[in-house]
Amino acid sequence: MGKLRERKVSSKKANKHPVEAEMKEEEEEEEEEDEVRSDDEDSDEDERKRHKLVEAIRALSGKRKKPLVERSEAAVLMSEFTVAPGSDGDRVQLSELIGTVEQTPSVPSRATKQLKNLEHSNRTVECPLSRQESERIHRDVAFQRTASEVSRWSSTISHNQRVEQQVFPLHQEPLAPRPVERVVSGWKPQTPLEQEVMALLSANKQPITNPVLTPVEEASMKAMSLEEAKIRRAELQKARALQSYYESKTRRERKIKSKKYHRVQNKGKRKEFLKQFDAMVEKDPGAALEELQKMEVARMKERMSLKHQNSGKWARSKAVMAKYDEGARRAMQQQLEVNKDLTQKLVSTLDQEEKEEEEEEEEVAAEGAAGDVHNPWMRGKLSEDPSEREDQQSVEVDVKETENAAEEEEEEEDEEAEEAALLREFERKRRERHVQKAEPEVFETVEKLLVQADHTHNSALEEGLMRIRTVEDLEELPADPEPPLPEAPPPSEPEPPAPPITAPKAGKKRKGIQLKEVLTKETEVIDVGLKPTTEDQEDQDQESGQRGLIKEAFAGDDVISDFLKEKRKQEDEGRPKDLDLTLPGWGEWGGTGLKPSRKKRRRFRVKAPPPPPRKDQQLPSVIISEKRNGALSLHQINSLPFPFESHAQFQSTMRSPLGRTWNTERTVKKVTKPRVITRLGAIIEPMSKEELVKDRKNKCNL
Amino acid sequence: MKVKVLSRNPDDYVRETQYDIQRVPRNYDPSLHPFEVPREYARALNATKLERVFAKPFLASLDGHRDGVHCLAKHRTSLSTLLSGSCDGQVKVWNLTERDVCALSKHTKDLCVEIVVRFCGTSFFTVGDDKTIKQWKMEAPAYGEEEEPLNTILGKTVFTGLDHHQKEGVFATCGQQVDIWDEQRSSPIRSFTWGVDSFSSVRFNPVETELLASCGSDRSVVLYDMRESTPLRKVIMKMRTNTVCWNPMEAYYFTSANEDYNLYTYDMRHLDKPVMVHMDHVSAVLDVDYSPTGREFVSASFDKTIRIFPKNAGHSREVYHTKRMQHVICVKWSSDNKYVLSGSDEMNIRLWKANAAEKLGVLSPRERQATNYNQKLKEKFQYHPQIRRIARHRHLPKNIYHQAKELRVMKAARHRKESNVRKHSKPGTVPLVAEKEKHVVTVVK
Repeated sequence: MGKLRERKVSSKKANKHPVEAEMKEEEEEEEEEDEVRSDDEDSDEDERKRHKLVEAIRALSGKRKKPLVERSEAAVLMSEFTVAPGSDGDRVQLSELIGTVEQTPSVPSRATKQLKNLEHSNRTVECPLSRQESERIHRDVAFQRTASEVSRWSSTISHNQRVEQQVFPLHQEPLAPRPVERVVSGWKPQTPLEQEVMALLSANKQPITNPVLTPVEEASMKAMSLEEAKIRRAELQKARALQSYYESKTRRERKIKSKKYHRVQNKGKRKEFLKQFDAMVEKDPGAALEELQKMEVARMKERMSLKHQNSGKWARSKAVMAKYDEGARRAMQQQLEVNKDLTQKLVSTLDQEEKEEEEEEEEVAAEGAAGDVHNPWMRGKLSEDPSEREDQQSVEVDVKETENAAEEEEEEEDEEAEEAALLREFERKRRERHVQKAEPEVFETVEKLLVQADHTHNSALEEGLMRIRTVEDLEELPADPEPPLPEAPPPSEPEPPAPPITAPKAGKKRKGIQLKEVLTKETEVIDVGLKPTTEDQEDQDQESGQRGLIKEAFAGDDVISDFLKEKRKQEDEGRPKDLDLTLPGWGEWGGTGLKPSRKKRRRFRVKAPPPPPRKDQQLPSVIISEKRNGALSLHQINSLPFPFESHAQFQSTMRSPLGRTWNTERTVKKVTKPRVITRLGAIIEPMSKEELVKDRKNKCNL
Repeated sequence: MKVKVLSRNPDDYVRETQYDIQRVPRNYDPSLHPFEVPREYARALNATKLERVFAKPFLASLDGHRDGVHCLAKHRTSLSTLLSGSCDGQVKVWNLTERDVCALSKHTKDLCVEIVVRFCGTSFFTVGDDKTIKQWKMEAPAYGEEEEPLNTILGKTVFTGLDHHQKEGVFATCGQQVDIWDEQRSSPIRSFTWGVDSFSSVRFNPVETELLASCGSDRSVVLYDMRESTPLRKVIMKMRTNTVCWNPMEAYYFTSANEDYNLYTYDMRHLDKPVMVHMDHVSAVLDVDYSPTGREFVSASFDKTIRIFPKNAGHSREVYHTKRMQHVICVKWSSDNKYVLSGSDEMNIRLWKANAAEKLGVLSPRERQATNYNQKLKEKFQYHPQIRRIARHRHLPKNIYHQAKELRVMKAARHRKESNVRKHSKPGTVPLVAEKEKHVVTVVK
């Protein structure tokens, strides 16, 4: 644009010059004319002659002939614009003109300055651009302008090209039914009923045209300014966030599996509650009484229910394990304690409770088997060997003592540390201690137990061994006695669970016999020894029998070696062959019985390159055929298609299925949605400029 | 005593109402549904085959003109209305649902060059080679009333093209120069000339409504802005452009139908090289029209076929022809993106489906889901040779087939020769020229 403007100015300057020149010429002509007029009075002939002469002179000077300008009288009136033949005569200087300009106040000083500069400059002004050139410049400028204007669309267009689904027509009216009033705009109440209803509606300022909002509601909608709305939204967001934080926190806490943690938490809560309760007793006895009653009701409910009675699924599963698992036993006892707590009458202080708990624990521990008689889920214990039981009890007591000690310590610590942060720290400590101290202890005790059990078991087995020999199933035997000899079983090995599996069997077996408790100890022991062994024997018999049968059936064929042979054959087939190019009789004697020399054979043998490694090289029991299937290659793609950049990318897209056999309904819908959706019978208008505005708005929002 | 019974929650299997979908328990364990790729491949193959089986694009033929159909016009507000003008100067207004003429007007004794419907849809303009522009009512004249134009403008020269502004009462004609007319005036409000050539067609941009493009007889396409006093820019090609059409969704793209059997899509900001060259026709391309979604366009050719091109593909996705269809002069894509209309030399207007295998009418939800799924499958496996082979297969008339083959051979020979020349000359002296750059001669500023 700048350039253009400059050029225009220059062209103006250029124009000024010719005008001046013309004016001067005109002056000259006028002078001549004046002369002609004076001579006019003489005679026509003279005038004609003179005219001729003047023309001849003009022709001589070579100037092109100018038509005579006829002037009317009005031209004389315009004297103020024409320059009169001045004092100097012919020429008018620019400075003279400027002088008048300088005096007139209406001419801006800038213009005068420019004129002055013009006066001093000797530079000739460039001639104006040709029409073609100036038009070209105009076109170019116009094109640039239009191109930049059109480029506004580029973001919209590229967005539409990338977008997964486009819905046409672009401006769709909402599908919701429009109110009747808007559809039938010229409706008026006609019947008296209608009129009455309308009168009522209008009297109560009920919305008539737009039945969604009353004027009051609309006013309130408008009343809330943007800032207020934003603040309110922020508040709501914050509240929601806080709520979700709280929820997630509680969820996290609930998920913590540590019993101890929960116990400590509960204890803390109880403490808090008791404190409150005490305070309430002092301040508001009525409320305290109510609270007491509530507690009483809770207790009654608990007594009525089967909760914490060791009758649930969990309790039963624990009961099975209780015999061998220290933890399970303890858990059950704890539950019973809880039951007791809940069903007992209220106790005032925490200390008492703790004491009671301890007492109960002791009681439970002391009672042991005696208490279990009444508990059907603990019956497993009873059936044990008396000696074993004694041993176990002692061990149990040991364990319990250590545990109790640990617990007491912990409790003390608890009392000291009431803060939650401390709790956590404590938890961590406890975990460490578990790893360091408690576990070895437990494992030691468990080991002891195991060793004892093994001893008894072994003895039983030994007895059984004799019988096994008689059955003559020697193959199985060496495998069995090995597991019960774990000299130093690592704590994480799956060895420890092994004896419990065998032991319950014995227990179950004995359950049946339990009716005959009359039998002496010795016989019992023998019984235990016999039963499982015989059973095992049967199993082993069966297994070995089947195996033997198979062996017998396939006695003749050596499958493995056959397979190996076949594999080797395949490998050989796949290997490229050496090429022998020796020509017998070439360069030496040939004939029957004559072989080409070894040197020659070696020279003309083309060794095949080593084959690529077979896929089944590392797999001894597999043959993978490396032949290409020609029928398949018809359906395979030769080269990577265009939009994909790598084989992996292409394969991954191929591999992910689209159908509802493999995907959920929602995924299928999402994956198979069409690129373009058009409405049936709707005219799709070309994109309008509102889209541009929409696009910009979206950008602003983003 | 506790009795164990099987218990099921009815919420898991009972419908709330009888109109609900049955709850079907599904197990998506991939081990239960093996071979997903081969199974989907088979489905894709079947879908592709079915598509070919159901591809019956020809819907109807509208006959009644007594001379070749020279121009078609879509109605702006009604889908069922079509206007057509024939070489004997007759203009017909068709009702497509009834496939019948609902109004008839005689324009002149001679050729009716172009028809265009006003944006409101109540009237239309025609130009003929009798130097007149006439405005007509859309409705048929009442009984006893004579068919007369609402308005007639007598021009100085013959008009060869006409188009109406998208939203305002302004239209453009072309002949010796491009004129912009106001509906209220009898003389043009603006005329554009650039050189002395005549123009064959002029089109308004439907998005940037002040822009126009015209095709000159000096093998050029010229761009104009209605608000400027001069044309904007001109691109001269190797052969003459017959028509242009602007993309209705993408403001700066237009496609030109050329005499050299190709179509060229240009970005109006960069005229020195077309964005895409669309080849497939075996004779001059006479008309082109974009689909209203702006993703495809249809072209009519002198080789008696119609082809549908995706806007960014070099080759057509569809070719329509019938035994009796002669040189196709004009073609339009209906405003609901469902149909294509073509007018040809042998006096018929033909109605085609835009997607040959598409089922017309309302689809039930299951049908729609199935078609969507099949469509995606076809897209997914489109690169597999067997599927591509079936999807690409089209029957062509013998002469077109052989002509296409011949063109292919010629092109290959040219290519081979060029590469040989390149091989045997000093490196760098014979540069590789892209196909896109071969067809533009210059851009005149």
